Amino acid sequence: MNGALSTATIVAALLLAAWYLLRTALDRAPSRLDLIAAGVLGAFVAVLVVVAVAGLFDGSRPTDTGTFAGYLITTIGLVPTALILAKMEPTRWGNLILGIGCLVLPVLVLRLQQIASVTGA
Amino acid sequence: MPDQTPAEAVSRPRDAALGSGIGRVLLLVYGVFALSASARALVQISTHFGEAPLAYLLSAVAGLVYIAATVGLARGGPRGRLLALVSCTIELIGVLVIGTLSIVDSVAFPDDTVWSRFGSGYGYIPLVLPFIGLWWIWRRA
Repeated sequence: MNGALSTATIVAALLLAAWYLLRTALDRAPSRLDLIAAGVLGAFVAVLVVVAVAGLFDGSRPTDTGTFAGYLITTIGLVPTALILAKMEPTRWGNLILGIGCLVLPVLVLRLQQIASVTGA
Repeated sequence: MPDQTPAEAVSRPRDAALGSGIGRVLLLVYGVFALSASARALVQISTHFGEAPLAYLLSAVAGLVYIAATVGLARGGPRGRLLALVSCTIELIGVLVIGTLSIVDSVAFPDDTVWSRFGSGYGYIPLVLPFIGLWWIWRRA
């Protein structure tokens, strides 16, 4: 796992989460900018996942490769899923969906780092 | 759906609304828990089932309950609503019973499930979620 990239993703996700929760509190539907920001975050996460997958082929694999792969799939799918749901929900709750997605993402990245750090044998 | 009779079309929006608004937020949260609980159970059962069979079977049950709740919310309609209602109720009983047992009788739970210690490993969200879910389903009755 790339440390700098992971940290940047976590920080970006938390900042966006604060923004989306504020927008929810102000009773605003996701604006074009809100949706684009989530899209950019999703692209960022995709890069993180691709780098992590590449790392599986030229380095020490995590002991729990299966779980690691499962978390990678969940991680890459989370933001796009939240984005689709938010697009279907043009109310304040759309922003809450994006906010929750951005709060779950750091947990997934932290778990990925935990699993990646255990490379026995 | 194009093949609905007019009566169904009239009654549909109110029930279909189960999956919109806050319902769509719940859909995401339940979806995340459906995935994490069942994936966790799958890994636990396939790699070291013998260590804590009871806890791992309960993990699997929790996963199925979350999947059922997600499907119920997503489907909407009278049947979807019933499915969501039943699974949220089982979820509430599950987190309260397993949460209490895991504290009182920790020997029976050598490894964690989603509902152990009232879901403390998941930020207590498993404890709060069924209340929000049931409130939402009743509100949409």
